[in-house]
Amino acid sequence: MQVFGIWVAAFLTLCIYSFLYQDNPLYRFAEHLFVGISVGYGIVLSIHEGFIPLAWNPIWASLTGDSLSGLWKLIPIFFGLLFFARLSPRHTWLIRYPIAILIGFGAGIAIPNVLRANIFEQTRGTIEPFSVIHSQTTGTAVEVMPSGEFTVFIIGAVLMVIGVICTLTYFFFSVEHRGPISWLSKVGICFLMVGFGSAFGNTVMGRVTLLIQRVDFLLNTWIGSIF
Amino acid sequence: MLTKLVSMDRRIVFILVALAVIIPMLVNVNLPVSTSAPTQKLYDFVEALPKGSTIMLAFDYGPSSFPELSPMAKALLKQCFDKDIGVVALTLVDDGTTLASTLIEEVAAEKNAENGEDFVFLGFRPGITQVILGMGTEIKSVFDTDYYGKKLDEIPMMENITNYDQIDLLVDLASSNTTEAWIIYANVQYNLKIAAGVTGVMVSQMFPYLQTGQLNGLMSGILGAAEYENLVEVQDKGMQYINVNSFVHILIVLLVIIGNIAYFTQRKREE
Repeated sequence: MQVFGIWVAAFLTLCIYSFLYQDNPLYRFAEHLFVGISVGYGIVLSIHEGFIPLAWNPIWASLTGDSLSGLWKLIPIFFGLLFFARLSPRHTWLIRYPIAILIGFGAGIAIPNVLRANIFEQTRGTIEPFSVIHSQTTGTAVEVMPSGEFTVFIIGAVLMVIGVICTLTYFFFSVEHRGPISWLSKVGICFLMVGFGSAFGNTVMGRVTLLIQRVDFLLNTWIGSIF
Repeated sequence: MLTKLVSMDRRIVFILVALAVIIPMLVNVNLPVSTSAPTQKLYDFVEALPKGSTIMLAFDYGPSSFPELSPMAKALLKQCFDKDIGVVALTLVDDGTTLASTLIEEVAAEKNAENGEDFVFLGFRPGITQVILGMGTEIKSVFDTDYYGKKLDEIPMMENITNYDQIDLLVDLASSNTTEAWIIYANVQYNLKIAAGVTGVMVSQMFPYLQTGQLNGLMSGILGAAEYENLVEVQDKGMQYINVNSFVHILIVLLVIIGNIAYFTQRKREE
């Protein structure tokens, strides 16, 4: 059975890579098979690992046992089922209730946490190196940095502040980008380009790794299973 | 010659890339791997944990990120089992379930780790935010059983683990925005210490969190996996793949240089 699985995987891998030559029915067959299996697997897993343990089991236990505590799960299930009201033109308006709950919950739980994680902490991270520089220069630091490391640290801290200010200026559209603002936003573009370059380089590394793994599978697992 | 280069069939590039992968793989080249500071930080953090500590390992990736992230998971699991650190594993991604269970069982068999004593695999629950927040109150309220259907109350390792207060570190192996969700909800709300191993595509997004200390370490793509394997002294897929990767990168850089020279020379001639 395992050998059969290896052959199926090898066949489908070759089907997908056949697209590199040109589009063909084998590629489309593998692509459609992948989409179908992914969706089917996702649905079955969501039912088995989500609906059954979190909704069905507590309700069934309440109906067959002494405690009725699991019945409160009917309330979220009811609101969840209202999503299907979309299928009936007369009752479409009912969908507003689950959407309102989701938006209310999402915004309420996300806004304070996102602000702290992505705004306050990041601002602190941008400013904090200067307090380290201050403590190092005034001699109040607990651990003294070697002079070479300290120089690199200062350059890094200054570059980071310049990068943040210039990049934010590039996205600040309430003032016309002329004169000093234009120069700041141009420096911001340079920082953005460095960021995109880094992201692209890492993406190439990731994509090449996927290819290497498939070649490893074809060479060592598939061909290895033949000989 | 240059005209031919500019209008070269892209399939020739594909063949060159395939050769750059196949030849080093058959020859089995070993290039040295140095360790970056973020990977070292994670390794040092786990090394400093006392025996009997617990880490939570989130397998938040599917098959499309398996080559990059599974070597990280293997190396980290081996380090934990060697140091008698308990592992509570789970996934927030539906197609990560089978990958995670297979990988944990494989490493556990190699290291003689016992299910329920040295590790627990909780499986998958849908709803990223709700799962993260729910476990902050009580893990049992989200996962009443482990992946194999055993009640958490009956699992010895889970006796003293109620929520994040008993977890020393969460390591998120991620191919999507789950690391940010862990930071936003588990770190901010429950003060859970977090580290991550992410795919190459996501590395740049993670560095701001590393700089602020919101991440206690970071493994960056296959390079991070190779570095971690190097640190735990395991020669596995991470080391093998990064070696092959180096040859493909040399080829890509050469192709970019040749392509640019050919393009600009041709443009100059046309002018």
